[in-house]
Amino acid sequence: MTAATATVDERVAHVGILRRILLKPEFGALIGAIVIFVFFASQSDVFRSWTGAANWLDVSATLGLMAVPVALLMIGGHFDLSAGVQVGTAGLATGIMTTYWGLQLYASWAVSLALMLTIGFINGFLVTRTGLPSFIITLGMFLGLQGLNLGVTKQVTNTVQVGNLDLVPGYHALNNILGSTVTIGGADFPVAIIWWVGFTIVASWLLLKTRFGNWIFATGGEPNASKNVGVRTDRTTIALFMMTSFMAWFVGSTQIVRFATIQAQSGIGQELYYIVAAVIGGCLLTGGYGSAIGASLGALIFGMTEVGIVNLNWNSDWFKLFVGVMLLLAVLANQFVRRFAEQSRR
Amino acid sequence: MTDLEVKEVTDPQKADVPMLEIRDVTKTFGSVISLFEISTTVRAGQVTCVLGDNGAGKSTFIKILSGVHQPDGGQLLVDGKPTRFGTPRDALDAGIATVFQDLAMVPLMAIWRNFFLGSEPTKGWGPFKRFDSASAKKITRKEMADMGIDIRDPDQPVGTLSGGERQSVAIARAVHFGARLLILDEPTSALGVKQAGVVLKYIVQARDRGLGVIFITHNPHHAYPVGDRFLLLKRGRSLGDFAKSEISLQELTRLMAGGAELEALAHELERDPGELGEVGRELAQDTESLG
Repeated sequence: MTAATATVDERVAHVGILRRILLKPEFGALIGAIVIFVFFASQSDVFRSWTGAANWLDVSATLGLMAVPVALLMIGGHFDLSAGVQVGTAGLATGIMTTYWGLQLYASWAVSLALMLTIGFINGFLVTRTGLPSFIITLGMFLGLQGLNLGVTKQVTNTVQVGNLDLVPGYHALNNILGSTVTIGGADFPVAIIWWVGFTIVASWLLLKTRFGNWIFATGGEPNASKNVGVRTDRTTIALFMMTSFMAWFVGSTQIVRFATIQAQSGIGQELYYIVAAVIGGCLLTGGYGSAIGASLGALIFGMTEVGIVNLNWNSDWFKLFVGVMLLLAVLANQFVRRFAEQSRR
Repeated sequence: MTDLEVKEVTDPQKADVPMLEIRDVTKTFGSVISLFEISTTVRAGQVTCVLGDNGAGKSTFIKILSGVHQPDGGQLLVDGKPTRFGTPRDALDAGIATVFQDLAMVPLMAIWRNFFLGSEPTKGWGPFKRFDSASAKKITRKEMADMGIDIRDPDQPVGTLSGGERQSVAIARAVHFGARLLILDEPTSALGVKQAGVVLKYIVQARDRGLGVIFITHNPHHAYPVGDRFLLLKRGRSLGDFAKSEISLQELTRLMAGGAELEALAHELERDPGELGEVGRELAQDTESLG
């Protein structure tokens, strides 16, 4: 035994710092973010100015706020294709109840929260009860909500948008929380950036430091084995869907409060970008592996590129090409890094 | 008789009362007799091997001991007291833990996360209640060290462990959560020769720590070196329940293989003029050497 214990420390040292860092799922996204920042910052004055930073951080925050819960859901083994359209639903619900039905702003904000949590619960409940792939269940929810958003908005407003939220009482107080800006270096940074950083930290803490986080990894990694040792996989899954809907409520509210207007088509198509950001951030499509910080870094890569391409006066059509290439690179890098890091050291 | 009574009063662990006694246990499913009047004993610090081929009733036997099924006849005695396990929880509460073949582990998760999966220690209160990862890592390392394995890094994903090491994590986990009697369901069957040896070492280690072990296997060469008692099952019936002193490896193998049947098969094959005849002659020699 003494011989064995003597070798313990030696072997721990051999695991290597490099491998330890590589093992972090967000490693690839961190490198990507640094490379892209250095590239655009060296090419464009606007990009590296305070105003430029406020700009790309704003775009990143809007995407990142949703990418974080979507990443947790993916780690838990599921997709939510209705995540994008839910942002629209939340904003539209708050807007219509306030400006058309005369409900007090905060009351309609709360009702909208209840509505979104219900949608998340339905997603999770259907997925756990039927055992069908979440892909198909949430695709149904996506199409359903898309129709509902457009149908109800047209019915109530006779247009395809809900506006004038800035005319209702209590608007400015809510705008201070969700839509205001903080001035740093002469540039206005939207407060959403702070919310984004805050939610990323909370989600990361939840994932890595709590029992719930352990259950998320387990549910996505090996659901049957997890059930056998007492993990409540169904509850975990439902909670993850509800968290995604909660964030859709938060982001949708932020949008309508900031711009006082929201389109009936709002959020549609974004769901795939959330997933892409999560994957660039190191989430495995099969579940059980990933990181909240990685998803935020993925969103940051997105935001920087989208704004950077405009700053360099490139044709923004190239953005999608970039996204596609980035996604493929990320998936390949994840694969490679994971194999390298997890190589059995027997 | 007086002798027995005295022993009843003393600590049952140390006295000669078996940790678990299985007495004439019978289980039927409809008209199928799955187990018929099976008896054996498991003592603290001893390994009882249950040997049998496929369909011998090993699975049913495990499920009765782990509380999944209830016997239709006979008795289970825990520390000498007749006991009935209504649910798997009852068996666990009595300190009987089953390590199933699939091991209930998540390959992508770290060893310490797997170790406490479903029973995570927490600290703090209210919304700040968190998974006590520091003590989880410490306990994992200690429990594994007690099994004689140094895990280089508790943060290592379970998927990177070898089959034998994984088995040992499952055993250490069962022991940590209060098991004093381990049921190991074919722990060596999916492993290579070297890894099987590693698992056998852990079985010995568990035994030496005073645990009772029920080792289910179909391989007499794995069972004989570590076993103290051997229960042989065939088609739901007991071929015998032997102490190690009562049986040799040859006899065990012969009983397992069904020696008489092998001989008959050998003679049949020997009549074949071609390659099969050669196989038959080899088989005949083998059965002879087994006695």
